[in-house]
Amino acid sequence: MAQAAAVAKPPAPPRRSRASLPYLLITPAALLMLGFIAYPVVSVFSYSLQHYNPTKPWRNGFAGIDNFVHAFTEDPLFWDTLVFSAQWVVVEVGLQLLFGLALALIVNQTFVGRALGRALVFSPWAVSGVLTSAIWVLLYNSQTGITRYLADIGIGEYGTSWLSDTSTVFSAAVVADLWRGVPFFAILILADLQSIPKDLYEAAEVDGASRVRQFFHITLPHLKDAIILSTLLRAVWEFNNVDLLYTLTGGGPAGETTTLPLYIANTSVDAHNFGYASALTTVAFVILLFCSMVHLRLSKFGGESK
Amino acid sequence: MITKDAEKVAPVTPAPVAEVPPRRPRRQHRAWDEVPRWQIYLPLSVYLVFTLVPFYWILLFALRRPGSTSLVPWPLTFEHFEKVWNERSFGTYFQNSVLVGVVTLLMTTLVALAGGYALARFDFRIKRGFMLALLCSQFVPGALLLVPLFQIFAELRMINSLGSVILAETVFQLPLSIILISTFIKNVPYALEEAAWVDGCDRFTAFRVVVLPLLRPGLIAVGSFAFVHSWNHFLFALMFLSNQEKQTIPVGLNTLLSADSVDLGALAAGGIIAAVPVVIVFAFIQKWLITGFSAGAVKG
Repeated sequence: MAQAAAVAKPPAPPRRSRASLPYLLITPAALLMLGFIAYPVVSVFSYSLQHYNPTKPWRNGFAGIDNFVHAFTEDPLFWDTLVFSAQWVVVEVGLQLLFGLALALIVNQTFVGRALGRALVFSPWAVSGVLTSAIWVLLYNSQTGITRYLADIGIGEYGTSWLSDTSTVFSAAVVADLWRGVPFFAILILADLQSIPKDLYEAAEVDGASRVRQFFHITLPHLKDAIILSTLLRAVWEFNNVDLLYTLTGGGPAGETTTLPLYIANTSVDAHNFGYASALTTVAFVILLFCSMVHLRLSKFGGESK
Repeated sequence: MITKDAEKVAPVTPAPVAEVPPRRPRRQHRAWDEVPRWQIYLPLSVYLVFTLVPFYWILLFALRRPGSTSLVPWPLTFEHFEKVWNERSFGTYFQNSVLVGVVTLLMTTLVALAGGYALARFDFRIKRGFMLALLCSQFVPGALLLVPLFQIFAELRMINSLGSVILAETVFQLPLSIILISTFIKNVPYALEEAAWVDGCDRFTAFRVVVLPLLRPGLIAVGSFAFVHSWNHFLFALMFLSNQEKQTIPVGLNTLLSADSVDLGALAAGGIIAAVPVVIVFAFIQKWLITGFSAGAVKG
């Protein structure tokens, strides 16, 4: 705008551009988001204060904060799933970041076969949660899965089923989600690596800095913003995402791998306890809101978007 | 004589003394990208094994005979594909998924273009609020809104129609798409549009003729993300479509997965059918993708 004004004779906008045009242009998006995001959010808040269960209509009515009291004081499953969610998010995001960073550093080098290497390394990124589950169910299958062939060469025992044993199910699910989650970080960090000016490294070379020092003093500081942003986005995404655990373990065995969103889905879809599910959703929103505020603060909302 | 000859020869073969002597030992002179090869290939190969074995595994199960335990899919058989496509209705699911994906792509791109243009080219009163709403709604998980969404679609009599899934997918794809497209439009100099106005174009024509062609890489990125996400996503379809004839590929896969005794061959073949369009999309758009890749990958 300032540039246009600085021109001696700014061209007049054409006749049909009225002051109302921007509002007209955002109307479809705004209506869709109001109807299918804002209104559902508000209705979740209002249900959270009610007893609402279509299968038990005689109990329906205003509940005040009963649902929240129940969640925090009487429902051990709520705490279990909350703790598991935190565990899941921290382990997944931590490992994905670590491996993603390492991979990005590797495929950022110049070497023979780099293009192919990148394409292959990044390939699981576009695989859906359900398909990931399908693939890993085939791998973890106790009869014809990978354990059978490992047992053939003397590693482990026949008939091992990592997904139905409570001591291995967490690691098994983590590995499956890592498989498709690592490329996300690798792609983002690689994009940012490429924007580091080469002469910084040349200058460091001249000063005799080792590669390790270059990494900690040039690469890492430069990547800081990208790492913070992608870590937070991914944490929120991993918290919300139910596709993989729903289809891979179904939250089992014995509720071992039920995250809060999965518990909410079960409470509303299977138990039809919409009021209570809405209260749990509200709690999840508060957690997410806190995360997004941290994100907005760190990514300096209001500045030019990158 | 001797001095003359020396003078003649000198320019042709420069004396070795003239060369700059290496100032530092060779080890320190190494450029940043001259990492020992094994430090690249060893970790990369290890990781590639981890990445590729699962892909090989699903191919193996899809292509080898039922009951076979060979680690090589030979002799090849396509019976799992035939079975899944015909008996398990993957043919129908495929059509539904394509319809959902294509319409979601078109709606998302059109609505996001309008919104993105408004954000990029105008200052208006609720702009900041709109931006904030976009950023925040990226964090609103569709999975937590299943119940109210179900009620809305029930009210609109859209349960069991693909329209409900298309609407829901579009809505949750919009915030990021609008933000991305507005960034792409900001990168096109406003002066180009102004020049077109001077030549007598109205705003829409100027946009169509001048800006739109320049947005192509960005639109391809945004559109393909919308397609791939709606193709991959399964929760909305699972909830809103109870009629088997209306279901989509991911729901079909989930049905195969949650059967009491999983038919592994059928599951593998179904998984490959689910993956093929995504692979095709990425193969086609790869050259345009670099622009939008980093930004779009944010959505996961």
